[in-house]
Amino acid sequence: MSHHDAFEPMGGKILTRPFVAAAVIFMLAAVLILKRFFVGLGPVSGMNDGFALGIWIAYDVVVGTAIGCGGYAVALLVYAFNRGHYHPLVRSALLTGAFGYTLAGTSVMIDLGRYWNTYNLFLPWRMNFNSALFEIAMCVMAYTAVLWVEFSPAIIEKFKPAWAAVVNRWMFVFIALGMLLPTMHQSSLGSLMIISGHKLSPLWQTTWLPAFFLITCIAMGYAMVVFESLWSSVGFGRPLETPMLARLAGIIPWLLGIYLAGRFVELASRGALGLAFQFNLCGVMFWIENILYIIPIVVLASAQRRGEPRTLFLSALSALFAGSIYRFNVYLVGLYPGFGWRYFPSSSELLITFGLISFEIMGYLFIVKQLSVLPKVEHA
Amino acid sequence: MDKTSRRGFMKVVAGGTLIAAGATPAHAFGPRETRKTPEEAIGILYDSTICIGCRACSAACKQRNGIQADTAAPAAPAGAAQPPGTIPGIWDKQEDLSPENYTVIQMHTDGAGGFGFMKKQCMHCIDPACMSACPVSAFSKDPETGIVSWNKNACIGCRYCFVACPFVVPRFEWNRAFPRVTKCELCKTTYTGLDCYAACCQSCPTGAALFGPREALLEEGRKRLALKPGAWHDYPIGHIKGAHSSAKQVAKAYNARIYGEKELGGTQVMILGSVPFEKLGLPAVGDVPNSAISEGLQHTLYKGMIAPLVLFAGLLAAAYRSTKQ
Ligand code: SF4
Ligand code: SF4
Ligand code: SF4
Repeated sequence: MSHHDAFEPMGGKILTRPFVAAAVIFMLAAVLILKRFFVGLGPVSGMNDGFALGIWIAYDVVVGTAIGCGGYAVALLVYAFNRGHYHPLVRSALLTGAFGYTLAGTSVMIDLGRYWNTYNLFLPWRMNFNSALFEIAMCVMAYTAVLWVEFSPAIIEKFKPAWAAVVNRWMFVFIALGMLLPTMHQSSLGSLMIISGHKLSPLWQTTWLPAFFLITCIAMGYAMVVFESLWSSVGFGRPLETPMLARLAGIIPWLLGIYLAGRFVELASRGALGLAFQFNLCGVMFWIENILYIIPIVVLASAQRRGEPRTLFLSALSALFAGSIYRFNVYLVGLYPGFGWRYFPSSSELLITFGLISFEIMGYLFIVKQLSVLPKVEHA
Repeated sequence: MDKTSRRGFMKVVAGGTLIAAGATPAHAFGPRETRKTPEEAIGILYDSTICIGCRACSAACKQRNGIQADTAAPAAPAGAAQPPGTIPGIWDKQEDLSPENYTVIQMHTDGAGGFGFMKKQCMHCIDPACMSACPVSAFSKDPETGIVSWNKNACIGCRYCFVACPFVVPRFEWNRAFPRVTKCELCKTTYTGLDCYAACCQSCPTGAALFGPREALLEEGRKRLALKPGAWHDYPIGHIKGAHSSAKQVAKAYNARIYGEKELGGTQVMILGSVPFEKLGLPAVGDVPNSAISEGLQHTLYKGMIAPLVLFAGLLAAAYRSTKQ
């Protein structure tokens, strides 16, 4: 299925105002990143021994890769469930995924305290298969590569059209890997926090974390495709692809409905639901998370409402926020390491994250303008 | 749904079910078995009721581990003169565990006018969460002594062990370009037996920090639990197998258990006290180690990589079919 004629480059000026703004933020962040390698993690972050993982992991890696699941989620539909008509959405979703995952990898390299030792991950006698983090590290690295390979036809078509046949011949292997690896590491990103035990509030601590993370990341993937497609249509002044997006968004209430039912049954079965009614930080965050989940379930259940671009856009956004806040709650808000430990990201820490996001946006804008990524507009 | 899509769908579902089957709650498949206590397990029994808070242990710990004492005076409150008793260069300043403090004595109020000391350090868990979590096996547990130690050549500094440790023990050198992960390693490099063992216990004047084989320490602990307030007991000092001891009267009734005998699968540093353990900063936890729960899950999902391989085969077939159509 290499309909390279199904996609087209957007063209246009590269150095637009948003692009320059992003470049400035990225440059500031680059200075801070450099600083981190000279003075250590303490001076550029708010992390401490109680909260040893901060937003670089909670946002850049955990949320960032879940948002980057568009390529994975659409691939499941197109290839595993043979819904070929969603194919036009694949490329841009893969590109967002590729950037999201690359960003996550970059953050990890900044975050790793002893980065010069990372080769140990590849020494068989050091590999710890009991560690959720080991599984995630390997899978995420592999999947980042897979994403770029899956996206590569867009590059090859432009520069080396002769190679296209070879690449396309073996593409199915990468497509299959592109569906397997996220299934593995997105669920492991949930498993990761199980070992924190009592330190994570019972509102979130459960052995169901991997199942919950997996199902919500797929919903976030579809939401991201909807969000991104509507956003870029408006941004590039293209016609909205509402009917296709509406159909895609119709899957979200199913996924999130099943998720939410499981979530509340699980909470009630452990008798932890009472904690939600102590209106402390955890209780409030719990409700924000779940109300944001309920909104897309209710709104997107109606085909008529799905057809309305504005409603579609806002409910997709709500699903994205719900999944993100859920992940923040599991990794940061619900965590209570004990006596007096507190965490809030420092300004440098935030700026580094913003810088990397800016880089992602710059890369995305550059590539969709230069390469055939977005679906071709039919001038019928 | 046409025929091909249905077949592809079935394959995915088959693989997906395997993965989902693993993702069912722990009680459905159970955590893996808790590790066994090493034969020669050594450890520390810390008795909060006879600790006098002199901090000789942490001073000795620093000396043994070649760490400079931090004798800078605490900063005076804004606008105030240097408070008395804080002359720079004399007192070692220590508030919490840090890369410079592998052990520290803290004082906790019991909320009812009383207080209790607590000696913080690595608990040398029998089933260590830090070791289970570390992606590159930087933490290891000595099969004989049970000492949990960190390998600087392996550690990548991901700090997942910090998330895993139930006692928030490992400390990171946040302000260094080439940071280490630090914690007590039970003085393993200088350990010879009765002559040289944990510096903190060797220097403790009252026997509050008592060194020895875990079994012997447990036995001693159980004896103390049976004592009534006012009863006399001969408290060993230093090494439980050593020659020193001092007779003391039990001041207050002990809490009903030895913390660390069973908690999270047991620890080799164990605590006795009369102030409720939660008030001493020890978490209220069950007996199943978190490492066993998370590994049980991980093993079910990835046992022999069967589930992922089945899923991969299904996905490969589906992807092949839809790309070659
Ligand atoms: S107390 Fe923490 S650092 Fe020490 S062995 Fe247990 S889990 Fe590891
Ligand atoms: S910080 Fe080092 S010791 Fe701790 S889990 Fe990561 S690699 Fe292992
Ligand atoms: S056993 Fe040694 S390293 Fe550990 S706290 Fe005692 S003196 Fe310090």
